[in-house]
Amino acid sequence: MAGLWVLGEVTPDGTLAHISGEVATLARTLAEAAGQEVAGVVVAADPAAAAAELATFLPRVLAVSEPAAADRPWSMVAAERIAALLEPATAEFMFVGAGPDGRDLAGALAAMLGWGVLANATGAAWDDGSPVAEMSVFGGKLTTTSRFTGQTGIVTVRPNVVSAAPAGKPGSVEAVEAAAGDLSQPAVTVVERVVEAGAAAPIEEARVIVAGGRGVGGPDGFKLVEDLAEALGGAVGATRAAVDAGWIPYGQQIGQTGKIVKPQLYLALGISGAIQHKVGMQTAETIVAVNRDPDAPIADFADLVVIGDLFAVGPALLAELRARSG
Amino acid sequence: MHIVVLVKPVPDTASGGERLGPDGRLDRAAVPAVVNANDEYALEAALKLVEANGGEITIVSMAPAAGTDTMRKALAMGATRGLLVTDDALAGADHVSTIRVLAAALKGLEFDLVFAGADTSDGQGGVVAAGVAVLAGLPYLSYAAKIEPNEASKTVRVRRISPTGYDVLEAPMPALVVCTQALGEPRYPSLKGIMAARSKEIVTRSLADLGVEAGSVGGAVSTTALVGSEAPPPRAATRVVRDTPEVAAKEVVDFLAERRII
Repeated sequence: MAGLWVLGEVTPDGTLAHISGEVATLARTLAEAAGQEVAGVVVAADPAAAAAELATFLPRVLAVSEPAAADRPWSMVAAERIAALLEPATAEFMFVGAGPDGRDLAGALAAMLGWGVLANATGAAWDDGSPVAEMSVFGGKLTTTSRFTGQTGIVTVRPNVVSAAPAGKPGSVEAVEAAAGDLSQPAVTVVERVVEAGAAAPIEEARVIVAGGRGVGGPDGFKLVEDLAEALGGAVGATRAAVDAGWIPYGQQIGQTGKIVKPQLYLALGISGAIQHKVGMQTAETIVAVNRDPDAPIADFADLVVIGDLFAVGPALLAELRARSG
Repeated sequence: MHIVVLVKPVPDTASGGERLGPDGRLDRAAVPAVVNANDEYALEAALKLVEANGGEITIVSMAPAAGTDTMRKALAMGATRGLLVTDDALAGADHVSTIRVLAAALKGLEFDLVFAGADTSDGQGGVVAAGVAVLAGLPYLSYAAKIEPNEASKTVRVRRISPTGYDVLEAPMPALVVCTQALGEPRYPSLKGIMAARSKEIVTRSLADLGVEAGSVGGAVSTTALVGSEAPPPRAATRVVRDTPEVAAKEVVDFLAERRII
């Protein structure tokens, strides 16, 4: 059995979730440095496509066919099958993306196996026979490094920690029938899966985020935010105030009770930068803000702030971006 | 209908004063504690259901003894009573210990639903609720944007936020539901609520009371340990641009090009 494991999450259309490529790249790099084995595992009703994709990152991938994953929420089903695989393990570490499904699976697996969890890693290294994880805490005020006290554990990894990079040569895929017996967790039935028109890409994975706050003024103002996001090839984010006002769905909210993001560029429009929002975005590599108020908190931690009316600066910025991209 | 809401007292992030103590653990005395923001959404969702269908709400916390102060704030919002699990051995408890203790606390209660928040502002792991569902043997329905219990059929329907829309999930009750902000704004406690909360019952339980074996949970058997901590490198000074929109736009785009973002 391998020393390091990577969980391959599957998107609704059967492909590998973007975050799983990042997690695989991180774990492979660690395994190479540590001289450890690394393998991936995909649990799905039809895991073939995602497993093949995960094998472009890793030397070996187990593809576990589990029909129940089609009509139950994925995380509990997958946790049970993976727990059965890992049960006999004495020195193994599981790496999982820190998205909603990855968190659900990590928690379930921790309870099933009694393994520790290092949550929301923003970096990882190998030291003295086990992984150490770097984490950003207290809204980015402090960077901590933690390790497991034993030889097993689960690391959840934030999006955008590393760039997904395939291995030199693709690995092997081993098909595994889920013959581990009946599932013992109480069944939850998926009655219906609803795809909403225009559902946005997950903002946690975006390289560029253009976000709007109260200063955007209303749903119409978000058109400008969307246009800028499109011009920059990014996703649209928002503050809680904008979400509470009903201008944009909750899934786009960044901050304490929304998503934590770490894009290459965060462009904040009409966002004051209150602490509850700041904790969700301050580890962005570059922060640019447009705000009327030179005393807004965001003016203290942005890399560049334009003091002005976003409805004047925004369109000018859009024109300039379009002009340069030719 | 009886709903249990898991509530964690956390340091107030708005205070900006969070820090680690000399033992490498969160210094809970350094900043005032508040109800974890995501747990307030869970409590609000429970209050609305109980107002519509009748019933009671028990809040369950695992915290130091002073956690009762924070629990009173949740009681002031309208919860019926509190159960605080507190024990010196729990200082420095990791995720696994927290999961085991909360599951043990639920074993002694009768309920239709357990509500939890999506994560906590201090730990942010977002893994405890799923683990509690596993150990308590409860169906697990997470990231709820809508919760519809049916007392006649003893089932609950939940709209779970998915990356592309939502899934409609159904499970028999009792079940554990992870709540989100999409369920609605938490209310402010009324003066009447604050007064009433003073006399509401908060039962305190130790590990022994819950039948949790000494030495099986807590800081002494933590599966994880802090190795070190440091302040991240400070950001460079902010560049402030005060120009006409056109000039400012050029400066921004030049800046992005310098940083190879475009």
